[in-house]
Amino acid sequence: MSTVADVVSESFPVNDEALFRPIETTTARFHITVVVLLTFTCFMLGAYARQLWLGLGVTGLNTPVYWGIYITNFVFFIGISHAGTLISAILRICHAEWRRSITRAAEVITVMVLFFGAGSVVVDLGHPERALNILFHPNFRSPLLWDVCSVTMYLTASVLYLYLPLIPDLALLRDRGRKRTWLYGVLALGWTGTPRQKHLLERAIAVMAIVVIPIAVTVHTVVSWVFAMTVQPMWHSTIFGPYFVVGAIFSGIAALLIALAIIRHVYHLEEYLKQIHFRHLGQLLLVMALLWFYFTFAEHLTVFYGAEPEEMHILFSKLTGPFAFGFWAMVACCFLIPVPILAVPRWRTVKGTVWASAFIVVGMWLERYNIVVPSLSQPRVLPSRMVYFPSLTELLITLGFFSTFILFYVLFTKFFPIVSVWEVQEGREKSLEEVCERVSGYIPLPMTEADNYRNLRRPQSIR
Amino acid sequence: MKGARLDMPRWGMVIDLDKCTACQACVVACQVENNVAFMGPSEAQRGRAIFWMKLAAFPEGKFPESKVRFMPMPCMHCDDPPCAKVCPVDATNITPDGIVRQIFSRCIGCRYCTTACPYTRRYFNWYKPEWPGESSMALNPDVSVRPKGVVEKCTLCHHRLQNAREKAISEKRPLAPGEYIPACVESCPPKAMYFGDLDDPNSEVAQLSRSSRAFRLLEELGTKPKVIYLREGERSGVNRS
Repeated sequence: MSTVADVVSESFPVNDEALFRPIETTTARFHITVVVLLTFTCFMLGAYARQLWLGLGVTGLNTPVYWGIYITNFVFFIGISHAGTLISAILRICHAEWRRSITRAAEVITVMVLFFGAGSVVVDLGHPERALNILFHPNFRSPLLWDVCSVTMYLTASVLYLYLPLIPDLALLRDRGRKRTWLYGVLALGWTGTPRQKHLLERAIAVMAIVVIPIAVTVHTVVSWVFAMTVQPMWHSTIFGPYFVVGAIFSGIAALLIALAIIRHVYHLEEYLKQIHFRHLGQLLLVMALLWFYFTFAEHLTVFYGAEPEEMHILFSKLTGPFAFGFWAMVACCFLIPVPILAVPRWRTVKGTVWASAFIVVGMWLERYNIVVPSLSQPRVLPSRMVYFPSLTELLITLGFFSTFILFYVLFTKFFPIVSVWEVQEGREKSLEEVCERVSGYIPLPMTEADNYRNLRRPQSIR
Repeated sequence: MKGARLDMPRWGMVIDLDKCTACQACVVACQVENNVAFMGPSEAQRGRAIFWMKLAAFPEGKFPESKVRFMPMPCMHCDDPPCAKVCPVDATNITPDGIVRQIFSRCIGCRYCTTACPYTRRYFNWYKPEWPGESSMALNPDVSVRPKGVVEKCTLCHHRLQNAREKAISEKRPLAPGEYIPACVESCPPKAMYFGDLDDPNSEVAQLSRSSRAFRLLEELGTKPKVIYLREGERSGVNRS
């Protein structure tokens, strides 16, 4: 009788060359992608230089609408960042074995997108060169300062959390000795894979996985507090903290699904990113879509039923007024379209989940816009007489932020394995045994197959 | 009030809406006194005009029973200002004598204060302020000209307080009542505006603030504004019901 381990090693491809291929071979398609993305980056830099020179007058902002799509982008990007660290940490803690080939791709999103979240605020400043006044004259009563603290902490933790599981892979790259050996050598910190090193690394990853979860929740809660702490109608809401966190995870998973589908397609990693990954993430996405709808419904119904005039102005500007298109597009993109796709198992394929994710990403951007702009347009006194519309400068900078984020992500895949090699290998070697042990630990009656398996393994582990 | 001191006055303003004729003399006086840039008609169309003192129109009712109420609105100089709380760099705060000030050289231009102010009484310099032609010769040397990218607002003509205080100190005497008044109050033709120390129970503003006609804008938000309005109705008979 063959053991489970034998079956495993037979059914999986043993060499993971496919994971190194993106780093070691570069196609013309990659160069074209980089050039296209860089073009948008250049447009962004040009637009920003002009804005710096002339002032924020080049935006579409005006007197009550002091914040526009820059702040929308800020909230959106910080939201997307929840794709990585939070999802990967939760899956790690839950010992979800299917996580192994998706954690890296998720964590990179977090780290990269945080720069653009923070950058969106800097772009929005009238005097970015004075930004360090935050250190010289901090006012700790300001939610914006809380934000600076929490985003900095989140970025630090996320970089660490990305770097730690990267170390064994860096050592693998160093030992292959094909490209940039010196770089990988320095970054691998002398990893040789001794039991002690492995033990320390496992401990460190486990600790970080737990640490990043409260930090991630804090970050998006504090982002919501920038709005909720003011007394402005439809911002001053206790639901905002959890509402924003749910929205963040929601948009984050959607962004992750899109990234995974592109990686899978471009680098031919169908063996590593399987249907099942998309199905599982699609299920998670479905849960988040329902949660998002629940929060949105609760928030708007409470406002409607309470019928305070100030809040009603804003609510109706969203439902039937100048913001109606954005509002109903948001409802369609975040709920009406993706939920059927994700709920019907036959449609929850790679293609289906990616389509749903694309709608969700657009919808969640609109959601952030619908929170920021309508409240500012209808303040209690002296409401706006015109509808804010972003200027070309704002659109170019926004486009540039998206393209530069994608550029950074693409470049990462050219330097480091986007699917964690050692974790996949470890999964092949250890996870089946672990899962069997775990399951047989809580199954009430003896399981014949697993028991046999355990009996086979036990003498070895004692030895 | 945060930072209040017993020996300090608490400057406040009373605006009698019965006397106010909506002539906007206060608006013009403020613009000239405080070097407020006029951004031109096209920028004003886009909602970019700056008015430290603004005559706000509140239309009421439907035609033909419609009317418009007017209200001169400076910064409310709240005792508990929502704007000062949220400034990340402490560029706006409340002085011991109750003036909510703006430190132009420290402001990073994040516009959190402008979004947090429930009265929309704060303005942002979208462009570099400009004074076309000869109007640049009329700039007030006592008031700094703001750069682009900072928030600005009514300071209750703080420079006038500084001048009056310096004069009083050089003459070794306390500041006399009426020695310091902002330009809007000084220019009001029907004398609808009063200014003084709200903590001095005998001052005109303190007495008027106890009037049964007295109200503060959005009082329910707990911001404790120090601009107090006297309701219309005593003379004009608007509140007939």
